[in-house]
Amino acid sequence: MVERRPVLNFVQHFVLILGAAIFAFPIYLAFVASTHTGIEVNRGLPLLPGDQFFQNYATVLGEGLSTAGAPPIGLMLMNSTIMAMAIALGKIAISLLSSFAIVYFKFPFRVLAFWTIFITLMLPVEVRILPTYEVVAQLGMLNSYAGLSIPLIASATATFLFRQFFMTVPEELTEAARIDGAGPMKFFRDILVPLSRTNLAALFVILFIYGWNQYLWPLLVTTDESYYTVVMGIKRMANAGDSLPEWHLIMATAILALLPPVIVILGMQRLFVRGLVEVEK
Amino acid sequence: MRTKRVTFRHRWLPYLLVAPQIVITAVFFLWPASQAIYQSVLREDAFGLKTEFVGLANFERLFSDSAYLESFWTTIVFSALVAGLSMGIALVLAVMADRVIKSALVYRTVLIWPYAVAPAIAGVLWWFLFNPTIGIGAYAMGQLGYDWNHFQDGNDAMALIVIAAAWRQVSYNFLFFLAGLQAIPRSLIEAAAIDNAGPFKRFWSIQLPLLSPTVFFLLVVNVVYAFFETFGIVHATTGGGPGNETVILVYKVWRDAFEGLNLGSSAAQSVILMVIVIALTAIQFRYIERRVEY
Repeated sequence: MVERRPVLNFVQHFVLILGAAIFAFPIYLAFVASTHTGIEVNRGLPLLPGDQFFQNYATVLGEGLSTAGAPPIGLMLMNSTIMAMAIALGKIAISLLSSFAIVYFKFPFRVLAFWTIFITLMLPVEVRILPTYEVVAQLGMLNSYAGLSIPLIASATATFLFRQFFMTVPEELTEAARIDGAGPMKFFRDILVPLSRTNLAALFVILFIYGWNQYLWPLLVTTDESYYTVVMGIKRMANAGDSLPEWHLIMATAILALLPPVIVILGMQRLFVRGLVEVEK
Repeated sequence: MRTKRVTFRHRWLPYLLVAPQIVITAVFFLWPASQAIYQSVLREDAFGLKTEFVGLANFERLFSDSAYLESFWTTIVFSALVAGLSMGIALVLAVMADRVIKSALVYRTVLIWPYAVAPAIAGVLWWFLFNPTIGIGAYAMGQLGYDWNHFQDGNDAMALIVIAAAWRQVSYNFLFFLAGLQAIPRSLIEAAAIDNAGPFKRFWSIQLPLLSPTVFFLLVVNVVYAFFETFGIVHATTGGGPGNETVILVYKVWRDAFEGLNLGSSAAQSVILMVIVIALTAIQFRYIERRVEY
């Protein structure tokens, strides 16, 4: 603090607390709605949690919304987890390997390989929706975990991050490894990967959230309900035909859908902030 | 491009190492992108029996199509509002949090998490909050004398998706603003304080100018976000409606391809979006090269 200004300090804390409260408000209301019966919610929402917590959550996890023809949320949560994990781990694995090759080897086409990877940065799924869908359909990957995850695991950002990090690893380590007769893969496994641990974890947080929050892609490649992910599945519920939307169950689903990434981000906050600032650099 | 001074030598290992990424990139990125470009110069008849080369006709049709131009305008308004709103709020909060150093971490924790909420979920939450019949937001607006109905009023629907999109982006902007503010040397602020500059004066003449690289960076990132990552918000809530008032470009590409089955037009729209995203990425990279280190 530069100088004492009690009034300003008060204003600051007030603004910050107000901001935090406004930020949390939609989630709080969603939680409140998820603890009442549907009738109570549709009559006008109470502001305090009700007593239907276990009832509602058990319903969505076990049965789902039968009226909307949606599968149980338990299954969707599992699909989301599989997809998010596959995307995060897959991205990390292939970018680790390719950036290792690009930094530690001199080979023809090295620069070409680098630029090929780089270009993916410029082509988000959203701008090539139909042709990508056609490729996946031709490969017979619709309605499968492979179709949900593999097309999304090519990532220029992760490759950049690892490349940047590898460039800062001291040359002496490589020399020492070579003198001791270690081959490239041994060096990679025993020195490089352990050194990258923090970066790996930071990247994992970001990529897990990225994978979990995918919406458009699962919407395109899944028609079979048993492969729905929870983030895309929620839309099915909100537009449940003519009947009144069952807001108490939809909100319970929303809470369940946002909880895993929020827990990850809060639990690994330091890593996340560090990773985010570094990835974007 | 640099490598290490000490490198390994191997005949086939490096190719094996880059292979997975290159294969995935080629199959799922380069090939579809080239298909989009190829399809954008073709026209298929209604039954999909015959395709013919039409040159740039698809593009010409798009730019004389009032629905497309309207969608373009909608997207620009949407992006400007999302970027402006989320950056403005984030800057205010970051400046506040920067001054109270001791509790900055606590505030960071309570402000960071909306970033983890998927855009589609954020949309549904706000959709519920402002539901005309049961939402508290709509009720509060009613008390203030405003009849909120995002099912019928295009402006209400637009406001809703802007709020939902900005809500989760504030966290992201806040983190970068806070990091930027904390990188400004304290001695500068203290020197200004000794010269009798008050907090507002210091903000305008020292912090904001030094923050301008961050502002510019975030502006690009936010526009990219609003353009390309908000499909879920629109699709899960307004569905483009009422009418076509909230049809943003990404939503239109999807709808024309999967519901309108107008492949040539959708491909041409994809190509236009690619040009936009490439331009934005190029701007971002130029900025990074020029970035001032202090």
